[in-house]
Amino acid sequence: MALLEVENLRVELTLRGNIAPVIDDVSFSLEAGETLSFVGESGCGKSMTALAIMGLLPDKVGRIAAGSIRFDGEDLAKASDKRMREIRGNEISMIFQEPMTSLNPVYTIGEQISEVLRRHQNLGAKAAHAKAVELLDAVRIPNPAARINDYPFQMSGGQRQRVMIAIALACEPKILIADEPTTALDVTVQAQIFDLLRDLRKQTGTAIILITHDMGAVAEMAERMIVMYAGRKAEDGPVEPIIAHARHPYTKGLIACVPHLHAELTEERERLVEIGGIVPGLAEFGANRCLFASRCGLRSQKCLDQRPQEQKFEAGHASACWHAEAV
Amino acid sequence: MADDAKPFLQVENLTVRFPVKRGGMFGGKAYLYAVDDISFQLKRGQTLAIVGESGSGKTTAALACARLVPAHSGKVVLDGQDFLAASDVELRKARAKVQFIFQDPYSSLNPRLRAEKIVREPLDSLQTIPAEKRDEVVQKLFKAVGLRPEQMRLFPHQFSGGQRQRIGIARALATQPALIICDEPVSALDVAVQAQILNLLRDLQSDLGLSYLFISHDLGVVQHMCDEVAVMYMGKIVEHASRLDLFNAPQHPYTKALLSAVPSVDKERREAQKRILIPGDPPDPIDPPKGCRFANRCPIAQDICSRSEPALEVKRRGQGESGHRAACHRVDVA
Repeated sequence: MALLEVENLRVELTLRGNIAPVIDDVSFSLEAGETLSFVGESGCGKSMTALAIMGLLPDKVGRIAAGSIRFDGEDLAKASDKRMREIRGNEISMIFQEPMTSLNPVYTIGEQISEVLRRHQNLGAKAAHAKAVELLDAVRIPNPAARINDYPFQMSGGQRQRVMIAIALACEPKILIADEPTTALDVTVQAQIFDLLRDLRKQTGTAIILITHDMGAVAEMAERMIVMYAGRKAEDGPVEPIIAHARHPYTKGLIACVPHLHAELTEERERLVEIGGIVPGLAEFGANRCLFASRCGLRSQKCLDQRPQEQKFEAGHASACWHAEAV
Repeated sequence: MADDAKPFLQVENLTVRFPVKRGGMFGGKAYLYAVDDISFQLKRGQTLAIVGESGSGKTTAALACARLVPAHSGKVVLDGQDFLAASDVELRKARAKVQFIFQDPYSSLNPRLRAEKIVREPLDSLQTIPAEKRDEVVQKLFKAVGLRPEQMRLFPHQFSGGQRQRIGIARALATQPALIICDEPVSALDVAVQAQILNLLRDLQSDLGLSYLFISHDLGVVQHMCDEVAVMYMGKIVEHASRLDLFNAPQHPYTKALLSAVPSVDKERREAQKRILIPGDPPDPIDPPKGCRFANRCPIAQDICSRSEPALEVKRRGQGESGHRAACHRVDVA
């Protein structure tokens, strides 16, 4: 059995009296020690999926309307708030995009790392402090015994993200959700953070869910990927075959619209592929048709009449497109 | 034309410094040299990209070229005219030739003005063309950047991020400038919208013969847009070369590290690329080291690197006219 099994998940947001399914019938599974990546533009439901797993959907606005999230056999969609608090941090942790705003500015980083350990593992102040120094060392902050008394403002962006990772890994969770962990960081720092995540995964066997919009990052970090569009799964499968031959026009566009660095640069510069238009508004979510149709070059009447079913390809590669064979 | 051979923008020994407070009652004045003695040229119709990480001084250099921050010393020659020494009247005329596209399309447009007014503003304030012709120009600009005429009456909040950046571009084009400084023009946009804006910028360049000074930290985007690249580290240009030279044969260890850090979808590149790790952070910019500023993180540094500062000099012939230049003791001069 997989570590995490999400089945037919539907998350609804209620905004100004209108109900919009921001996650619409999404299923996937995550094995222990695996890295799975969620890709898509902003507003496609990547972060919402993460928040649903963490039980952190916005209060009174968002709710899980249908489906299950089975973690180690337990359905998190039905778990009580108390149980979710035990799971968060202990079993599933999350790191966020902005290392500047997700740390508390008035506590030292040592206090913030210790807090997790004392709260979840009932360690005493001294033991928690010692463990915090160890953790800072593990995320490769030089001179951890001295830096532990620093405040967040005394650290660089990359160091703050390392502290966030230390906090997230403090209780040795089985799943680490990283929501755009390097978007705010420079490339050389991003490379350091990716190396760190890879090494930690090797050492601890933590499964990683990486949310990103950067196909390059997916190619470097993940084994499998899920491309999200307008709250639905557009494409899903192992990373290499998808990048080599995407079976959904949206995935194909996402890869082709970014100017990538290639092994040998040549004089020619092709025009970038544009995906015209933008992601549909929440009002259109949930309609029984292909939501990508308005931006798609392969659109046919069938796309407008009916929501595409998943077409299966080899090695667990699947695409929700009526024209997947033709892509 | 003879005019075309001359560089349109010529920057010589430009230095920008900011005063910083030192702690303590007797703490003297200290200066942070955000841009430290840099020189470069840009020809008409070409794109020079300045790349570097946050804090490298690339944005400050661009702002100083447009006289949006005061330069401490050095020269910015624009179309043969000393821009930094220009008097008020001359400056107003010169400003029409240099326009700016900003990074954040949300904060760089006045939320209280309608889109047409935003695009018209530079025309009104710089008065490059008579008042009765301005409406017509604004209409043409909207068409040129791919916005519909009925959108002229809308306010910025009624546009998406990509559309707002198009308004920013229309505003930059209003005075018919020869040089547009693009400061991270697409980094706040979604990837699919990025492609639209980059294609638009390239189309405008070939239609209007614009020069771009293109500031970015995204090396993939830079590779797509530029003719030449200058790499900055802590206020200094450490490498300057033509596009192909820089990306295919980087010389400076910092450039190599920067390129090797970019994740790529190209499997061949991933396998061929050896990751060059540069540990730690840049040194304190208020008190930079005496020798090479990159020495403390450099994988090939030797004694000489911490003793003397390397000059930016030609290391290979390269493709560009001014050769492939790098500032490193460990790279042999051609």
